Amino acid sequence: MEALFGIVGKDFVVTASDRTSARSIVIMKHGEDKSRELNKHTLMLYTGEAGDTVQFAEYIQRNIQLYGIRNGIPLSVHATANFTRRELAESLRSRNPYHVSVLIAGTDPKTGKPELYWLDYLGAMVKMNFAAHGYASYFCMSTMDRYWKEDLSVEEAISLLKKCIAELKTRFIAQLPEFMVKVVDKNGVREIQL
Amino acid sequence: MSIMEYNGSAIMAMKGKNCVAIAADRRFGVQLMTLSTDFQKIFPVTEKVYLGLPGLATDVQTLAERFRFKVNMYKLREERDISPKTFAHMVSSTLYERRFGPFFCEPVIAGLEKDGTPFICSMDLLGCINHAKDFVVSGTASNQMYGTAEGLWEPELEPEDLFETISQAMLSAVDRDASSGWGVIVHVITPEKVITRTLKARMD
Repeated sequence: MEALFGIVGKDFVVTASDRTSARSIVIMKHGEDKSRELNKHTLMLYTGEAGDTVQFAEYIQRNIQLYGIRNGIPLSVHATANFTRRELAESLRSRNPYHVSVLIAGTDPKTGKPELYWLDYLGAMVKMNFAAHGYASYFCMSTMDRYWKEDLSVEEAISLLKKCIAELKTRFIAQLPEFMVKVVDKNGVREIQL
Repeated sequence: MSIMEYNGSAIMAMKGKNCVAIAADRRFGVQLMTLSTDFQKIFPVTEKVYLGLPGLATDVQTLAERFRFKVNMYKLREERDISPKTFAHMVSSTLYERRFGPFFCEPVIAGLEKDGTPFICSMDLLGCINHAKDFVVSGTASNQMYGTAEGLWEPELEPEDLFETISQAMLSAVDRDASSGWGVIVHVITPEKVITRTLKARMD
Protein backbone atom coordinates (compact mmCIF):
# COMPACT_ATOMS: atom_id res chain seq x y z
CA MET A 1 0.00 0.00 0.00
CA GLU A 2 3.06 2.26 0.10
CA ALA A 3 3.93 4.65 -2.70
CA LEU A 4 7.16 5.99 -4.20
CA PHE A 5 7.45 8.52 -7.02
CA GLY A 6 10.24 10.00 -9.09
CA ILE A 7 9.99 12.66 -11.79
CA VAL A 8 12.94 13.85 -13.87
CA GLY A 9 13.09 17.57 -14.65
CA LYS A 10 15.45 19.93 -16.46
CA ASP A 11 18.44 19.58 -14.10
CA PHE A 12 16.89 17.88 -11.07
CA VAL A 13 14.78 14.94 -9.97
CA VAL A 14 11.72 15.36 -7.75
CA THR A 15 10.99 12.39 -5.52
CA ALA A 16 8.13 11.64 -3.18
CA SER A 17 7.37 8.89 -0.73
CA ASP A 18 4.39 8.46 1.53
CA ARG A 19 5.12 8.81 5.25
CA THR A 20 3.09 5.99 6.72
CA SER A 21 4.61 2.81 8.03
CA ALA A 22 1.97 0.10 7.96
CA ARG A 23 1.82 -3.50 9.08
CA SER A 24 -1.14 -5.48 7.78
CA ILE A 25 -4.21 -3.28 8.39
CA VAL A 26 -2.62 -1.18 11.12
CA ILE A 27 -0.73 2.08 10.60
CA MET A 28 2.23 1.74 12.95
CA LYS A 29 3.76 5.16 12.39
CA HIS A 30 3.22 8.54 10.72
CA GLY A 31 6.16 10.62 9.58
CA GLU A 32 8.47 7.87 8.31
CA ASP A 33 11.19 8.91 5.85
CA LYS A 34 11.61 6.13 3.29
CA SER A 35 14.76 7.49 1.71
CA ARG A 36 18.51 7.54 2.28
CA GLU A 37 21.11 9.91 0.87
CA LEU A 38 23.71 7.64 -0.75
CA ASN A 39 26.14 10.45 -1.42
CA LYS A 40 25.89 14.19 -2.03
CA HIS A 41 24.12 13.88 -5.37
CA THR A 42 22.25 10.56 -5.09
CA LEU A 43 19.08 9.69 -3.21
CA MET A 44 17.55 6.24 -2.82
CA LEU A 45 13.87 5.67 -2.04
CA TYR A 46 12.83 2.26 -0.85
CA THR A 47 9.75 0.21 -0.09
CA GLY A 48 9.04 -3.46 0.48
CA GLU A 49 9.24 -5.94 3.32
CA ALA A 50 9.50 -4.24 6.71
CA GLY A 51 12.92 -4.91 8.20
CA ASP A 52 14.58 -5.64 4.87
CA THR A 53 14.10 -2.11 3.61
CA VAL A 54 16.14 -0.02 6.03
CA GLN A 55 18.75 -2.77 6.43
CA PHE A 56 19.29 -2.96 2.67
CA ALA A 57 19.18 0.81 2.11
CA GLU A 58 21.79 1.47 4.79
CA TYR A 59 24.00 -1.37 3.53
CA ILE A 60 23.99 0.23 0.07
CA GLN A 61 24.45 3.71 1.54
CA ARG A 62 27.53 2.67 3.53
CA ASN A 63 29.14 0.86 0.60
CA ILE A 64 28.64 3.88 -1.65
CA GLN A 65 30.11 6.11 1.09
CA LEU A 66 33.06 3.72 1.47
CA TYR A 67 33.76 3.86 -2.26
CA GLY A 68 33.80 7.66 -2.09
CA ILE A 69 36.24 7.68 0.83
CA ARG A 70 38.55 4.99 -0.63
CA ASN A 71 38.81 6.51 -4.08
CA GLY A 72 38.40 10.18 -3.27
CA ILE A 73 35.79 10.47 -6.01
CA PRO A 74 32.08 9.85 -5.56
CA LEU A 75 30.35 7.05 -7.46
CA SER A 76 28.13 8.27 -10.34
CA VAL A 77 24.38 7.67 -10.26
CA HIS A 78 24.60 5.09 -13.06
CA ALA A 79 27.34 3.17 -11.22
CA THR A 80 25.39 3.37 -7.96
CA ALA A 81 22.28 1.95 -9.65
CA ASN A 82 24.31 -0.84 -11.23
CA PHE A 83 25.89 -1.72 -7.89
CA THR A 84 22.47 -1.82 -6.22
CA ARG A 85 21.07 -3.94 -9.05
CA ARG A 86 23.83 -6.48 -8.63
CA GLU A 87 23.30 -6.67 -4.87
CA LEU A 88 19.57 -7.33 -5.43
CA ALA A 89 20.19 -9.87 -8.19
CA GLU A 90 22.72 -11.78 -6.09
CA SER A 91 20.47 -11.65 -3.04
CA LEU A 92 17.55 -13.04 -5.09
CA ARG A 93 19.24 -16.43 -5.40
CA SER A 94 20.56 -16.53 -1.84
CA ARG A 95 19.06 -18.30 1.17
CA ASN A 96 17.20 -15.18 2.35
CA PRO A 97 16.65 -12.62 -0.39
CA TYR A 98 15.95 -8.94 0.29
CA HIS A 99 12.41 -8.02 -0.71
CA VAL A 100 12.99 -4.35 -1.48
CA SER A 101 11.97 -2.13 -4.41
CA VAL A 102 13.95 1.05 -4.91
CA LEU A 103 14.15 4.23 -6.94
CA ILE A 104 17.57 5.81 -7.34
CA ALA A 105 17.50 9.49 -8.21
CA GLY A 106 20.43 11.80 -8.71
CA THR A 107 22.42 14.15 -10.90
CA ASP A 108 25.61 13.06 -12.62
CA PRO A 109 28.56 14.59 -10.71
CA LYS A 110 30.36 15.43 -13.99
CA THR A 111 27.67 16.49 -16.45
CA GLY A 112 24.98 17.51 -13.94
CA LYS A 113 22.37 15.53 -15.89
CA PRO A 114 19.44 14.23 -13.83
CA GLU A 115 18.92 10.46 -13.78
CA LEU A 116 16.26 8.19 -12.33
CA TYR A 117 16.53 4.39 -12.06
CA TRP A 118 13.72 1.97 -11.23
CA LEU A 119 14.71 -1.34 -9.61
CA ASP A 120 12.50 -4.15 -8.37
CA TYR A 121 13.36 -6.82 -5.80
CA LEU A 122 14.31 -9.25 -8.60
CA GLY A 123 17.09 -6.96 -9.71
CA ALA A 124 15.67 -5.60 -12.96
CA MET A 125 16.96 -2.09 -13.57
CA VAL A 126 15.42 0.46 -15.93
CA LYS A 127 16.27 4.12 -16.51
CA MET A 128 13.10 6.18 -16.62
CA ASN A 129 11.89 9.75 -16.95
CA PHE A 130 9.19 9.17 -14.36
CA ALA A 131 8.64 6.17 -12.15
CA ALA A 132 6.50 4.81 -9.35
CA HIS A 133 6.55 1.80 -7.06
CA GLY A 134 3.73 -0.01 -5.33
CA TYR A 135 0.01 0.16 -6.02
CA ALA A 136 0.49 3.84 -6.83
CA SER A 137 2.07 2.87 -10.14
CA TYR A 138 -1.24 1.38 -11.35
CA PHE A 139 -2.94 4.71 -10.78
CA CYS A 140 -0.24 7.22 -11.62
CA MET A 141 1.88 5.94 -14.55
CA SER A 142 -0.91 7.04 -16.89
CA THR A 143 -1.12 10.45 -15.24
CA MET A 144 2.62 10.91 -15.68
CA ASP A 145 2.46 9.56 -19.25
CA ARG A 146 -0.07 12.27 -20.05
CA TYR A 147 1.59 15.25 -18.36
CA TRP A 148 5.34 14.57 -18.28
CA LYS A 149 7.46 16.41 -20.80
CA GLU A 150 11.14 17.12 -21.28
CA ASP A 151 12.85 19.95 -19.33
CA LEU A 152 10.20 20.38 -16.62
CA SER A 153 10.78 23.19 -14.13
CA VAL A 154 10.61 22.44 -10.39
CA GLU A 155 7.17 24.09 -10.19
CA GLU A 156 5.84 22.02 -13.12
CA ALA A 157 7.23 18.78 -11.66
CA ILE A 158 5.65 19.56 -8.26
CA SER A 159 2.31 20.28 -9.94
CA LEU A 160 2.54 16.92 -11.77
CA LEU A 161 3.30 15.24 -8.46
CA LYS A 162 0.24 16.92 -6.95
CA LYS A 163 -1.89 15.54 -9.81
CA CYS A 164 -0.61 12.04 -8.97
CA ILE A 165 -1.35 12.41 -5.27
CA ALA A 166 -4.81 13.78 -6.07
CA GLU A 167 -5.43 10.71 -8.23
CA LEU A 168 -4.51 8.46 -5.29
CA LYS A 169 -6.79 10.45 -2.98
CA THR A 170 -9.81 9.96 -5.28
CA ARG A 171 -9.32 6.40 -6.59
CA PHE A 172 -7.05 4.47 -4.20
CA ILE A 173 -8.69 2.64 -1.30
CA ALA A 174 -5.84 3.19 1.19
CA GLN A 175 -5.28 6.60 2.69
CA LEU A 176 -1.87 8.17 2.24
CA PRO A 177 -2.29 11.48 4.04
CA GLU A 178 1.28 12.72 3.99
CA PHE A 179 4.15 12.69 1.48
CA MET A 180 7.79 13.51 1.93
CA VAL A 181 8.96 15.39 -1.16
CA LYS A 182 12.64 15.80 -1.94
CA VAL A 183 14.49 17.45 -4.80
CA VAL A 184 17.90 16.22 -5.94
CA ASP A 185 19.96 18.64 -8.02
CA LYS A 186 23.59 19.73 -8.37
CA ASN A 187 23.47 21.37 -4.94
CA GLY A 188 22.45 18.12 -3.26
CA VAL A 189 19.23 16.91 -1.68
CA ARG A 190 16.65 19.23 -0.17
CA GLU A 191 13.19 18.68 1.26
CA ILE A 192 10.19 20.58 -0.08
CA GLN A 193 6.89 21.23 1.66
CA LEU A 194 3.92 20.57 -0.63
CA MET B 1 1.48 -16.29 -14.88
CA SER B 2 4.77 -18.09 -15.55
CA ILE B 3 8.06 -16.46 -14.55
CA MET B 4 9.19 -16.50 -18.20
CA GLU B 5 6.26 -14.22 -19.04
CA TYR B 6 6.75 -11.81 -16.11
CA ASN B 7 8.49 -9.04 -18.09
CA GLY B 8 7.54 -9.97 -21.68
CA SER B 9 9.79 -10.20 -24.74
CA ALA B 10 10.04 -11.35 -28.36
CA ILE B 11 13.29 -12.12 -30.17
CA MET B 12 14.02 -13.81 -33.48
CA ALA B 13 16.96 -14.41 -35.80
CA MET B 14 17.01 -15.27 -39.51
CA LYS B 15 19.54 -16.53 -42.02
CA GLY B 16 20.02 -14.81 -45.37
CA LYS B 17 22.53 -15.01 -48.22
CA ASN B 18 25.90 -14.31 -46.55
CA CYS B 19 24.08 -12.37 -43.85
CA VAL B 20 22.03 -12.87 -40.70
CA ALA B 21 19.45 -10.71 -38.95
CA ILE B 22 18.38 -10.55 -35.32
CA ALA B 23 15.43 -8.56 -34.01
CA ALA B 24 13.84 -7.88 -30.62
CA ASP B 25 10.94 -5.90 -29.23
CA ARG B 26 11.69 -3.02 -26.84
CA ARG B 27 9.09 -3.40 -24.10
CA PHE B 28 9.84 -3.78 -20.42
CA GLY B 29 6.85 -4.42 -18.23
CA VAL B 30 5.74 -6.09 -15.05
CA GLN B 31 3.03 -8.53 -16.10
CA LEU B 32 0.52 -6.35 -17.97
CA MET B 33 1.88 -2.92 -16.97
CA THR B 34 4.36 -1.43 -19.44
CA LEU B 35 7.09 0.56 -17.72
CA SER B 36 9.67 1.23 -20.40
CA THR B 37 9.82 1.15 -24.20
CA ASP B 38 13.56 1.31 -24.75
CA PHE B 39 14.74 -1.79 -22.93
CA GLN B 40 17.87 -3.46 -24.35
CA LYS B 41 17.51 -7.21 -25.06
CA ILE B 42 20.08 -7.64 -27.85
CA PHE B 43 23.76 -7.32 -26.92
CA PRO B 44 26.72 -7.16 -29.30
CA VAL B 45 29.29 -9.83 -28.46
CA THR B 46 31.82 -9.11 -31.22
CA GLU B 47 31.52 -7.18 -34.48
CA LYS B 48 30.06 -10.32 -36.08
CA VAL B 49 28.11 -11.95 -33.24
CA TYR B 50 24.97 -10.68 -31.50
CA LEU B 51 23.18 -12.20 -28.52
CA GLY B 52 19.44 -11.84 -27.85
CA LEU B 53 18.21 -12.50 -24.32
CA PRO B 54 14.45 -12.84 -23.86
CA GLY B 55 13.00 -13.80 -20.50
CA LEU B 56 13.12 -12.51 -16.93
CA ALA B 57 14.64 -9.01 -17.06
CA THR B 58 16.92 -9.44 -14.04
CA ASP B 59 18.47 -12.54 -15.64
CA VAL B 60 18.70 -10.77 -19.01
CA GLN B 61 20.86 -8.09 -17.38
CA THR B 62 22.84 -10.52 -15.23
CA LEU B 63 23.62 -12.77 -18.21
CA ALA B 64 24.54 -9.82 -20.44
CA GLU B 65 27.08 -8.71 -17.80
CA ARG B 66 28.36 -12.27 -17.37
CA PHE B 67 28.92 -12.81 -21.11
CA ARG B 68 30.61 -9.43 -21.48
CA PHE B 69 33.07 -10.61 -18.82
CA LYS B 70 33.51 -14.10 -20.29
CA VAL B 71 34.02 -12.87 -23.85
CA ASN B 72 36.55 -10.27 -22.70
CA MET B 73 38.47 -13.01 -20.86
CA TYR B 74 38.31 -15.23 -23.96
CA LYS B 75 39.68 -12.42 -26.12
CA LEU B 76 42.58 -11.74 -23.73
CA ARG B 77 43.50 -15.42 -23.51
CA GLU B 78 43.10 -16.35 -27.18
CA GLU B 79 44.02 -12.99 -28.75
CA ARG B 80 41.16 -13.32 -31.27
CA ASP B 81 37.41 -12.76 -31.44
CA ILE B 82 35.12 -15.59 -30.39
CA SER B 83 33.29 -17.40 -33.22
CA PRO B 84 29.49 -17.69 -33.03
CA LYS B 85 29.66 -21.47 -32.73
CA THR B 86 32.10 -21.32 -29.81
CA PHE B 87 30.07 -18.55 -28.21
CA ALA B 88 26.90 -20.65 -28.48
CA HIS B 89 28.60 -23.41 -26.50
CA MET B 90 29.84 -20.86 -23.97
CA VAL B 91 26.24 -19.68 -23.48
CA SER B 92 24.99 -23.25 -23.32
CA SER B 93 27.42 -24.33 -20.59
CA THR B 94 26.87 -21.10 -18.63
CA LEU B 95 23.15 -21.91 -18.54
CA TYR B 96 23.68 -25.59 -17.74
CA GLU B 97 25.94 -24.65 -14.81
CA ARG B 98 22.71 -23.50 -13.17
CA ARG B 99 20.86 -26.75 -14.01
CA PHE B 100 18.96 -26.91 -10.72
CA GLY B 101 18.39 -23.19 -10.23
CA PRO B 102 18.26 -21.84 -13.77
CA PHE B 103 18.43 -18.36 -15.26
CA PHE B 104 14.97 -17.74 -16.71
CA CYS B 105 16.23 -16.80 -20.15
CA GLU B 106 16.07 -18.56 -23.54
CA PRO B 107 18.83 -16.97 -25.65
CA VAL B 108 19.05 -16.45 -29.40
CA ILE B 109 22.45 -16.10 -31.08
CA ALA B 110 23.11 -14.73 -34.57
CA GLY B 111 26.42 -14.17 -36.25
CA LEU B 112 28.78 -14.81 -39.13
CA GLU B 113 31.59 -17.39 -38.95
CA LYS B 114 35.15 -16.38 -39.92
CA ASP B 115 34.54 -17.57 -43.50
CA GLY B 116 31.28 -15.61 -43.68
CA THR B 117 28.80 -18.49 -43.26
CA PRO B 118 25.66 -17.44 -41.41
CA PHE B 119 25.07 -18.92 -37.95
CA ILE B 120 21.88 -18.81 -35.90
CA CYS B 121 20.71 -20.84 -32.94
CA SER B 122 18.36 -20.68 -30.00
CA MET B 123 18.45 -22.34 -26.61
CA ASP B 124 16.16 -23.29 -23.78
CA LEU B 125 16.78 -22.03 -20.25
CA LEU B 126 18.97 -25.06 -19.41
CA GLY B 127 21.23 -24.51 -22.41
CA CYS B 128 19.96 -27.11 -24.88
CA ILE B 129 21.00 -25.75 -28.30
CA ASN B 130 18.63 -25.72 -31.28
CA HIS B 131 20.22 -25.17 -34.70
CA ALA B 132 18.05 -24.12 -37.62
CA LYS B 133 18.63 -23.59 -41.33
CA ASP B 134 16.06 -20.80 -41.64
CA PHE B 135 15.05 -18.91 -38.47
CA VAL B 136 14.81 -19.21 -34.68
CA VAL B 137 12.37 -17.50 -32.29
CA SER B 138 12.13 -17.06 -28.54
CA GLY B 139 10.05 -15.15 -25.99
CA THR B 140 6.42 -14.64 -25.03
CA ALA B 141 5.41 -14.09 -28.68
CA SER B 142 7.17 -17.23 -29.92
CA ASN B 143 3.97 -18.89 -31.19
CA GLN B 144 3.08 -15.81 -33.21
CA MET B 145 6.66 -15.47 -34.50
CA TYR B 146 6.70 -19.08 -35.71
CA GLY B 147 3.62 -18.28 -37.77
CA THR B 148 4.83 -15.03 -39.31
CA ALA B 149 8.40 -16.21 -39.93
CA GLU B 150 7.18 -19.47 -41.45
CA GLY B 151 4.99 -17.49 -43.82
CA LEU B 152 7.48 -14.78 -44.84
CA TRP B 153 10.94 -16.36 -44.83
CA GLU B 154 12.53 -17.65 -48.01
CA PRO B 155 16.08 -18.89 -48.72
CA GLU B 156 18.96 -16.76 -50.07
CA LEU B 157 17.65 -13.33 -49.07
CA GLU B 158 19.91 -10.30 -49.62
CA PRO B 159 20.54 -8.04 -46.58
CA GLU B 160 17.86 -5.45 -47.45
CA ASP B 161 15.27 -8.13 -48.25
CA LEU B 162 16.17 -9.99 -45.08
CA PHE B 163 15.67 -6.77 -43.13
CA GLU B 164 12.20 -6.33 -44.64
CA THR B 165 11.28 -9.97 -43.96
CA ILE B 166 12.36 -10.01 -40.30
CA SER B 167 10.82 -6.57 -39.67
CA GLN B 168 7.42 -7.55 -41.06
CA ALA B 169 7.53 -10.88 -39.24
CA MET B 170 8.30 -9.12 -35.93
CA LEU B 171 5.75 -6.33 -36.35
CA SER B 172 2.95 -8.76 -37.17
CA ALA B 173 3.89 -11.14 -34.35
CA VAL B 174 4.17 -8.62 -31.50
CA ASP B 175 0.81 -7.07 -32.40
CA ARG B 176 -0.81 -10.35 -31.37
CA ASP B 177 1.01 -10.53 -28.01
CA ALA B 178 0.10 -8.25 -25.11
CA SER B 179 3.42 -8.78 -23.29
CA SER B 180 5.77 -7.65 -26.06
CA GLY B 181 6.00 -4.95 -28.71
CA TRP B 182 6.21 -1.13 -28.28
CA GLY B 183 8.84 -0.84 -31.00
CA VAL B 184 11.35 -3.21 -32.55
CA ILE B 185 15.11 -3.08 -33.03
CA VAL B 186 16.70 -4.95 -35.96
CA HIS B 187 20.37 -5.72 -36.62
CA VAL B 188 21.43 -7.12 -40.00
CA ILE B 189 24.98 -8.51 -39.87
CA THR B 190 26.83 -8.57 -43.20
CA PRO B 191 30.55 -9.28 -43.81
CA GLU B 192 31.19 -5.54 -44.31
CA LYS B 193 28.99 -3.90 -41.69
CA VAL B 194 26.11 -4.20 -39.25
CA ILE B 195 22.91 -2.35 -40.18
CA THR B 196 20.93 -1.33 -37.08
CA ARG B 197 17.45 0.18 -37.35
CA THR B 198 14.66 0.79 -34.85
CA LEU B 199 11.07 0.37 -35.99
CA LYS B 200 7.94 1.98 -34.67
CA ALA B 201 5.26 -0.56 -33.87
CA ARG B 202 1.72 -0.15 -32.59
CA MET B 203 2.21 1.81 -29.39
CA ASP B 204 -0.77 0.35 -27.56
